[in-house]
Amino acid sequence: MSKPKFAMYWAASCGGCEIAVLNIHEKILDVDANFDVAFWPVAMDAKYKDVEAMEDGSILLTLWNGGIRNDENEHIAHLLRKKSKILVAFGSCACEGCIPGLANFSPVNEIVDTAFSTITTDNPDNIRPQSSFAMPEGNITIPTLYPVLRTLDQVEDVDYYMPGCPPESHQIAAVIDLVIQVLQGKAELPPKGATIGAGNSTVCDECPRKRNVKTIKEFGRIQLTHADPELCLLEQGIPCNGPATRSGCNARCATVGAQCIGCYGPAEGVVDYGARLISAFASVIDSNKPDEIDKILDGLVDPAGQFYRFNLAGSLLRSSKSAQKG
Amino acid sequence: MTEETKPFEPVIIGFTCNWCSYRAADMAGTARIKYAPNIRLIRLMCSGRLDPTFVFKAFAGGADAVLISGCHPGDCHYVEQNYKAMRRFHLLKRVLVQMGIEPGRLKLLWASAAEGAIFAAEINKFVEEVRALGPLNWAKPGELVSTPIMEEVTA
Repeated sequence: MSKPKFAMYWAASCGGCEIAVLNIHEKILDVDANFDVAFWPVAMDAKYKDVEAMEDGSILLTLWNGGIRNDENEHIAHLLRKKSKILVAFGSCACEGCIPGLANFSPVNEIVDTAFSTITTDNPDNIRPQSSFAMPEGNITIPTLYPVLRTLDQVEDVDYYMPGCPPESHQIAAVIDLVIQVLQGKAELPPKGATIGAGNSTVCDECPRKRNVKTIKEFGRIQLTHADPELCLLEQGIPCNGPATRSGCNARCATVGAQCIGCYGPAEGVVDYGARLISAFASVIDSNKPDEIDKILDGLVDPAGQFYRFNLAGSLLRSSKSAQKG
Repeated sequence: MTEETKPFEPVIIGFTCNWCSYRAADMAGTARIKYAPNIRLIRLMCSGRLDPTFVFKAFAGGADAVLISGCHPGDCHYVEQNYKAMRRFHLLKRVLVQMGIEPGRLKLLWASAAEGAIFAAEINKFVEEVRALGPLNWAKPGELVSTPIMEEVTA
């Protein structure tokens, strides 16, 4: 009997998710023992036309990382949805936009300007990429950028979500174990739409630091502060995103003295990640006077960037007004 | 009047608290004070119940402005929850400005149960301010998605 097929694709992403998959070390041999790799551009050569030629639903499991930034990403999202039984939004980009989603703060022309016309770019003729270009041999094309980045589930139907930037390797290994057990009939798949490979609570719940409901008179930046290693960072005025972030990483950053930046995305039941953090941050401010509150808030230099570093494309507003105007 | 010549009528979502600002709206009604119908009031038990999610949802869903109202500072039925609303309001406003939403589209208003006339006058003033700002027209999820900015090409 032939082995079930596995695919992994990257859209607008950095490639860190692929490395996280390889970071499961010898467990990758279990993947090989149980699956045929049908399509995985970063690991093996394959053409889109090979995927197009496959029977619908013939790939059992597709891990999709990356957001939908251009028409190529969208085309492959539709294609892999059709060919896959189980489509997993793998990693923060696919789930909620992540760092590439921060481009939703800027109009697309500004993004192209930054890439091709800033002082660090050697481009004296001010050349811009064109989606189509006539060569003597014929027309050549590259994918066309969309005005904003979208998450995978804003484009296609998604079966499971696996958050993290990137997902922790022990979580990936656990999910692979589960899928193999399902194949052997020893376990059942979670309900459609579930978040897998993560906890159901917040990072604060896993964080070993002590909380004592202290309130603060100023926000500080972690690199300029001597933070107490035992106490909650937010209660020391260091902007920590733990209260809204899904558990699953064992509070890695907070454990080693860095604030949580929110890469595991919104915790269970959180509709808008930034909104939850606005409530959490407002709660620790020790002032009832509008002027003083404003002065304390000046210490948060970039609140929207703080609250939506990983979540802008997946938030309720999705993009800034200037990005919408194009 | 044709569709184009009609003056812009803003849609404003107003969050009121059960104990003061909603009673102020009630008082305005009892006293037959008229105010602009552009505002849709939603009653919460307290302004401290206002989750910033509600505000984002209102803007994303097509509202042109949002009003948050509650008891005067020091008068909260739940002792100090309106101070929480105040702190959220200040932080929320900073985030909205970064998202490109003018600060004038979010207003915080304290109104006691006796201040029906003041509440009505403030709403009228707010409606005019928002009318001057013009429509927000926040992009719907279906927009901005399938139209590439440059001409479509096959990948």
